[in-house]
Amino acid sequence: MALFNWTRRSALAAGTALALAFGGVTGAFAQTPPGVLIVGQIAEPKALDPAAVTAVNDFRILMNVYDGLVRYKDGTLEVEPALATSWEISDDGTQYTFSLREGVTFHDGSDFNAEAVKFNFDRMLKEDHPYHNTGPFPLSFFFSAVQDVEVVDAMTVKFTLNAPYAPFLSNLAYPTGLIVSPAAVEQHGGEFGRNPSGTGAFTFAEWRSNEAVVVEANPDYWGGAPELQAVVFRPITDANTRTAEMLAGGIDLMVEVPPVALSEFQGDTFTVHEQAGPHVWFLILNAKEGPFADKRVRQAANYAINKEAIVNDVLEGTAAVAAGPTPPAFAWAYNESLEPYPYDPEKAKALIAEAGAEGAELTFYVTEGGSGMLDPVAMGTAIQADLQAVGLSVKIETYEWNTFLGNVNPGLEGKADMAEMAWMTNDPDTLPYLALRTEAWPDKGGFNSGYYSNPAVDDLLEKARAATDQAERAKLYQEMQTIVQEDAPWVFVANWKQNAVTSDRVGDFALQPSFFLLLDGVTKN
Amino acid sequence: MTGYILKRLLSAIPVLLGITVIVFLIMALIPGDPATAILGSYATPENVEKLNRDLGLDKSLVQQYFIWLGNMLTGDFGQSFALNRPVLDEVLERFNATLILAGTAFVLCSVLGIAAGVVSAANQYGWADKAITFTVLLGISIPSFFLGMMMILTFSVNLRMFPVSGMWPIYGDRDIWALLNHLTLPAIALAVVATGVIARLSRSALLEVLRQDYIRTARAKGVHERGVIWRHALKAAMVSIIPVLGIQAGFVLSGAVYIEIVFQWPGVGRMLVDAILKRDILLVQGGVVFVAACYVFFNIVVDVAQSLLDPRIKT
Repeated sequence: MALFNWTRRSALAAGTALALAFGGVTGAFAQTPPGVLIVGQIAEPKALDPAAVTAVNDFRILMNVYDGLVRYKDGTLEVEPALATSWEISDDGTQYTFSLREGVTFHDGSDFNAEAVKFNFDRMLKEDHPYHNTGPFPLSFFFSAVQDVEVVDAMTVKFTLNAPYAPFLSNLAYPTGLIVSPAAVEQHGGEFGRNPSGTGAFTFAEWRSNEAVVVEANPDYWGGAPELQAVVFRPITDANTRTAEMLAGGIDLMVEVPPVALSEFQGDTFTVHEQAGPHVWFLILNAKEGPFADKRVRQAANYAINKEAIVNDVLEGTAAVAAGPTPPAFAWAYNESLEPYPYDPEKAKALIAEAGAEGAELTFYVTEGGSGMLDPVAMGTAIQADLQAVGLSVKIETYEWNTFLGNVNPGLEGKADMAEMAWMTNDPDTLPYLALRTEAWPDKGGFNSGYYSNPAVDDLLEKARAATDQAERAKLYQEMQTIVQEDAPWVFVANWKQNAVTSDRVGDFALQPSFFLLLDGVTKN
Repeated sequence: MTGYILKRLLSAIPVLLGITVIVFLIMALIPGDPATAILGSYATPENVEKLNRDLGLDKSLVQQYFIWLGNMLTGDFGQSFALNRPVLDEVLERFNATLILAGTAFVLCSVLGIAAGVVSAANQYGWADKAITFTVLLGISIPSFFLGMMMILTFSVNLRMFPVSGMWPIYGDRDIWALLNHLTLPAIALAVVATGVIARLSRSALLEVLRQDYIRTARAKGVHERGVIWRHALKAAMVSIIPVLGIQAGFVLSGAVYIEIVFQWPGVGRMLVDAILKRDILLVQGGVVFVAACYVFFNIVVDVAQSLLDPRIKT
């Protein structure tokens, strides 16, 4: 017997000693080196080819490796020169001529010029282009208005559109318009997504699957070499593990902090960054059939729901109450005079009584997750409670995200009265154009799943798309927002404030309203 | 013996074929498709249709099944939509990582479990037995992912003794010590429940053997107690313990997915969860078929080991 006890005890002791030894010997790992920024991402990137990806997660890396012809001005969603130094727009709004920046080279050494720009857009848009098979290019429809790209001379390129399309410049600033090196595409073909080459502040160094994407500083960057030596993007899918890594010092920067974890980062060791994003969280209301076909009931829903409580208590202040269909992040197009629907259950009850909809039974589609959906189950439950309080009986049906999209996108007719939805866009045109026009009903290929229709709104949106003067576009969008808020095809709930946390070793970091992570000015000691 | 092994291998083929049909049908029947998943907010019917065509998903189901099966038999498991790389490469890498994690956990739980069970049985009703039984009960009751999270909080965040997540360090050498450093917490978290089960069952298996007459004979002959327990009794008890080990291996392998998620271990369980949510059809199918094949093979090995140990099984 004595032998067993000895064996067991000594085994235990040996085990503990070994464990402590491992911990001690490599305990120093937690100190990440200076000059190297470690970013905690929410997922493994799909590819590093900007034309082939759709997720913000991938964009965060791409915006540091590539540049576009234009880019968003720091802290805004307005466009400024990048690889193009200036441009001219023809009077009819269909021809854009760009003068390109001289002396820029891709990371692989080849020259940046008009031929390179033409290569990029032909690859995406022309099916007979020799490298079109390096796709698919899911977001190429952003440039569906482009009819032809012409090389005028070595540093001048002209785009001809098939109709005036005001969001064109904004789409060029979006990752789908980032310029890739034709030489690298020709060299790697379909493997280009794993061997990227652009003109950006950081060059691609290595990609260890499911572990890290490493990019290093580009000393010859046309905008000035970055302060950091390298950036490591680590995919950590579980939010709690990401939080633990941030707390333990394994990562220096973390995006999409779960609201309940924000309190962990109060204090001096961490800085919490917040920025209003171009995001809207809303409820699609079935305006074709059922109680919500009556405008008064839709408005009643807007009055009945306590949006302040949702934003402050459920989302812990990580969002702001939404007034209308356009988020304030589009500062130039946002209608400042719009006030959100106040929380007024009495008014809601009165409107419902007027419309004769007391006791109406509503089917509510709720999802369990999804990009930009924040906390959909908790918010859905709060909304259900608020509506019950004014006499509307709500039945929730919950679906997993992709299943949910499969139910909602074809339209709510015959299925539900209301559904949660959220959108993040880069231009104030996209969401209303795809989700509020009569021509955007699901049977016509759009996302207007609630069947809202107002010819005045349709007219304003068409005009705003064709107008090239920003002030004129702004006026049209502002008028559209007033009408849409009054018509209430949706319950406007929240605009997400994207957040990030940095450790005290990181400096000069600011979140951009576009949700992109721009790291060329960031320092780390 | 060879005949027995061949028979088992042959009977595995219809099992594997059945699995391919089932997993294919499941992926075909669940709502949602990869194109919608990839496009997200931009999934207009037009874009979805175009992407489906580009991905080869517009063919009939039967056609798709046989194309997929034919390719698999030549070793081509297809390309993952979400990850843009060959399915087989991804599955092999991830499975390798899971094997390391689950294998270590399995070795830990077998050795510790059997040892604990033996000590417990040898000291039946003694203080060692009571202590071990209590610990085992605790171990079986705690959910492994909760234990994992608590371990991260304690040992990684507060005490900074171990890294929080991942299989390899971002910096430094990727040698065996770095791997063990990253492996410690997840392997322990994964092994706890299985250790408890094995300990309990080893204890009862051994107790039953110890009651036998030949054990009394061995003691009467003058064999040391140590020899009685380890040489005679344990060998006999192993016949009942090995099937338990086989089953627990399965649980450890499948339970690894929670640990992989909590510790961000790049394993095959987590890969499958992500792939299902993204409707990455070929990755799910390839992954499931691969893991199922390994499990079938492992069971054959266990059966062969069983037949070697137990003279009552005729081969």
